Amino acid sequence: MSASSADAVVADCLEKRFGQTIALAGLSFSVPRAELFGVVGPDGGGKTTLFRILATLLVPEKGTARVLDRDVVKDLWDLRRRIGYMPGRFSLYPDLSVYENLRFFASVFGTTIEREQAHIAPIYSQLEAFKDRRASALSGGMKQKLALCCALVHRPEILFLDEPTTGVDAVSRREFWDLLAQLKASGMTILVSTPYMDEADRCDRVALMQSGRLLAVDAPKAIAQAFDRPLLAVRAARRYPALLALRESPHVHAVYPFGDTLHYVDARRGEAPAAIATELSAFLASRGFADATVEPTAATVEDSFIARMGAPEGTRAA
Amino acid sequence: MSALLGLLRKEVYHILRDRRTLVVIVALPVLQVIIFGYAIRTDVDHVRLAIVDPAPDTVTLGIRARFAAAGVFEDVALVPRIEQLEDLFRRGAAQGAVVFEAGFAERLARGLPAGLLIIADATEPNTGSIVASYATAVVQGYQQEAPPSNGAIHIVPSVRMRFNPTRESSNLFVPGLMAFVLTIISSLMTAISLTREKETGTLEALLVSPLRPWQIIVGKVAPYLVVGFASVVGVILEARLVFHVPLRGSLVLLLAEGIVFILVSLSLGILISARTSSQRVAMMGALIGTMLPTMLLSGFIFPLESMPWPLRAISVIVPARWFVLVARSIMLKGVGLSYLWQPTLVLLVMALVLLTASTRAFHERLDQ
Amino acid sequence: MSGDLAIDVQDLTRRFGAFTAVGGITFNVRAGEVFGFLGANGAGKTTAIRMLTGLLVPSSGRATVAGHDVARDAERVKRDIGYMSQKFSLYEDLTVRENITLYGGIYDLRDREIRDRSARMLANLQLEHAADQLVRAIPLGWRQKLAFSVALLHQPRVVFLDEPTSGVDPITRRQFWELIYDAAAGGTTVLVTTHYMDEAEYCDRISIMVDGRIGAMGTPAELKRDFKVSSIDDLFVQLARPTGSAQGPAA
Repeated sequence: MSASSADAVVADCLEKRFGQTIALAGLSFSVPRAELFGVVGPDGGGKTTLFRILATLLVPEKGTARVLDRDVVKDLWDLRRRIGYMPGRFSLYPDLSVYENLRFFASVFGTTIEREQAHIAPIYSQLEAFKDRRASALSGGMKQKLALCCALVHRPEILFLDEPTTGVDAVSRREFWDLLAQLKASGMTILVSTPYMDEADRCDRVALMQSGRLLAVDAPKAIAQAFDRPLLAVRAARRYPALLALRESPHVHAVYPFGDTLHYVDARRGEAPAAIATELSAFLASRGFADATVEPTAATVEDSFIARMGAPEGTRAA
Repeated sequence: MSALLGLLRKEVYHILRDRRTLVVIVALPVLQVIIFGYAIRTDVDHVRLAIVDPAPDTVTLGIRARFAAAGVFEDVALVPRIEQLEDLFRRGAAQGAVVFEAGFAERLARGLPAGLLIIADATEPNTGSIVASYATAVVQGYQQEAPPSNGAIHIVPSVRMRFNPTRESSNLFVPGLMAFVLTIISSLMTAISLTREKETGTLEALLVSPLRPWQIIVGKVAPYLVVGFASVVGVILEARLVFHVPLRGSLVLLLAEGIVFILVSLSLGILISARTSSQRVAMMGALIGTMLPTMLLSGFIFPLESMPWPLRAISVIVPARWFVLVARSIMLKGVGLSYLWQPTLVLLVMALVLLTASTRAFHERLDQ
Repeated sequence: MSGDLAIDVQDLTRRFGAFTAVGGITFNVRAGEVFGFLGANGAGKTTAIRMLTGLLVPSSGRATVAGHDVARDAERVKRDIGYMSQKFSLYEDLTVRENITLYGGIYDLRDREIRDRSARMLANLQLEHAADQLVRAIPLGWRQKLAFSVALLHQPRVVFLDEPTSGVDPITRRQFWELIYDAAAGGTTVLVTTHYMDEAEYCDRISIMVDGRIGAMGTPAELKRDFKVSSIDDLFVQLARPTGSAQGPAA
């Protein structure tokens, strides 16, 4: 996808370092309008640094970034009116109530809750019952929703949400992504960062990020389908021993736990998975795992991430 | 036992490897011993002495020579009339004065008692007492060594304590207390408030908004300006009603100077918090950078006159020193702007410089 | 009930004033099991774990960990368990070796034991080259694995892990879980909490706490079958927002 000035975000060779540490090692990507774009990767990978640059909080050493067709360094005051930003750790005032927090952020942007009532209704309706409760007394899921509300109240044209689902329970996470889908449907461009691989599937497109680099930028399905080796799911009662046994099979490339199965990646790119499945069953049976089942399976974004990661922080992969 | 030793060793590592803790442990005690050692001195050198000698004669000249030779006094003025002393005292140019009666030697020759008035500025009661006793000692020394004539000589020194006749220590402390309270409210509270915003992460969200840095600063700091002003009023009320400290000068002027001093302290608070995002560090910085100097080097408790010149030199950059001077002068001496224009100017310049510096220090981004 | 229960909890309760954080939970964990202790924030997990590690006294009920009663023998419990949490694991301004020596000393290991075990640990983790580096200079993933190994240094019978893999990359997470499996294979009982639902599947059995009580307990496969859901994530959602009809069998 080539970048055009109609794109909401265009990053070109962004580099950023802090002292000796390289946070961003030359990132380039673009995000069209009304897209729900995820930046997925582990802590320390540079997600927060990237978001801070795009939100005009940091200046890159090299490279440029344009948001809403404006330069993040030169046009920062113009952009700050149009961006909705939710930093990690939910920047809410713990000693103010839900209502007071929202009213404050509205006033900072020159508007009021009353004026934006209709606009924030979908989210605020879930908070209204607690509107006089102090932010510090809210659950993680409620804080998350309130922070989103505060970022939205001034009708921004684009949202940057930095790890909004970290530390929040599974149910709230789901509800949050439902809200994001609703927002995107109404035309909002949204960039979200997250360490949870499974959330990648809820985005239109995803950037896999690790150690300041992008491993891939594409629709989640495309990333998953780009997995270029045969992948099989193995089920065995004695999981760990089976894992160790599989590591010794002749053509193994990688074996790792994956939910309730083990994922086995074969080194032979061209082989048919079905044939490999038969081979593997026989191999396992010979090792005393007669009850194990082996089936070809479709790769997920996480499998692709693992494959593209290379050595994680110095150690060997499989 | 080895568990305990392991824990002890770990704590030693923590101390050695944390540079800030190390500085506090090593440098601070040394600094404090030096400062306190020198600050808590009760002797006074270089008493600025004015002399009123309407009709100099052999005796008065003799006594004056003794004053000069005592090594403790510094001759600042010689005036013929006592009325001229008032201005010297108000300006602080003179700390003590010796007033000779006219016809001193003649009266003594006739065997009549000769009157000698010793006046000391008792704004700082301690200094006042010392000045008075030094002066008295010099006169008595002269008496003992005076050439005999008609028996004993009667020089009757009477001592008057100016500005603080009863030498109330509350008169000494209360003006200084104002500076102390304002420093706490303005510097410490501001520093904590700004770094708390950084710690909760809300500052990040505020920055990505149309708010300019100066707006954020003013919004954060203005309440403390109001609180500080209320404190000044409160301290003055308490001083007057409870401790009966006089307010001989203009209340309006005092409040105005208070506002300038609050602005100086607020700017210091902002500067301190601009450098750090930890409330703890901000608090320590405010304590060491503002409260300690205010306590020790402003003349609040320990008279500046008693300190060695390096400390007195440092006190010049301590804002509280100027405000304490102003507050005392207004309350106890009743002087106005014409006498206080210098310290006022110093405070105004400090306010201007610090406000500019602190606004600059507060970046519009997370780095710059 | 077999005699080799590493953790045995009976009607454990903890109240804070009028608020009941843990409202009478009952479960047990066999030796060598990997038990997933799940629940939303505020559901009572942390309080329950604090009671099991001897840090909080129960308001009522009983619990035995590594054969010792947590209320009466808290000190002996602490000696026989290991603990690692997301918030704290190792001292960042000490080196790797210093951390190991410190913990060895705290658990009264002899110098030779400490030396041998730490050499083996560092070789296992491929961290020999970093032995004299400050922990803060080591990447997050390695730190987590190291912290886990240190928690096992004194060979405890039970180890409690509180969200040990938060934020690390997918490969390191799995390497961490292989360390868990390895420990379990050696007979160590592991009780782990996590927010990663796929990690719930790695456990032998799991329990899910809701509002201070256990809402579901069993093997992941059993629970998915009984609640008619295809993932533990879905199970979580069901428990937290019950649709009314499909309420699975009592734990």
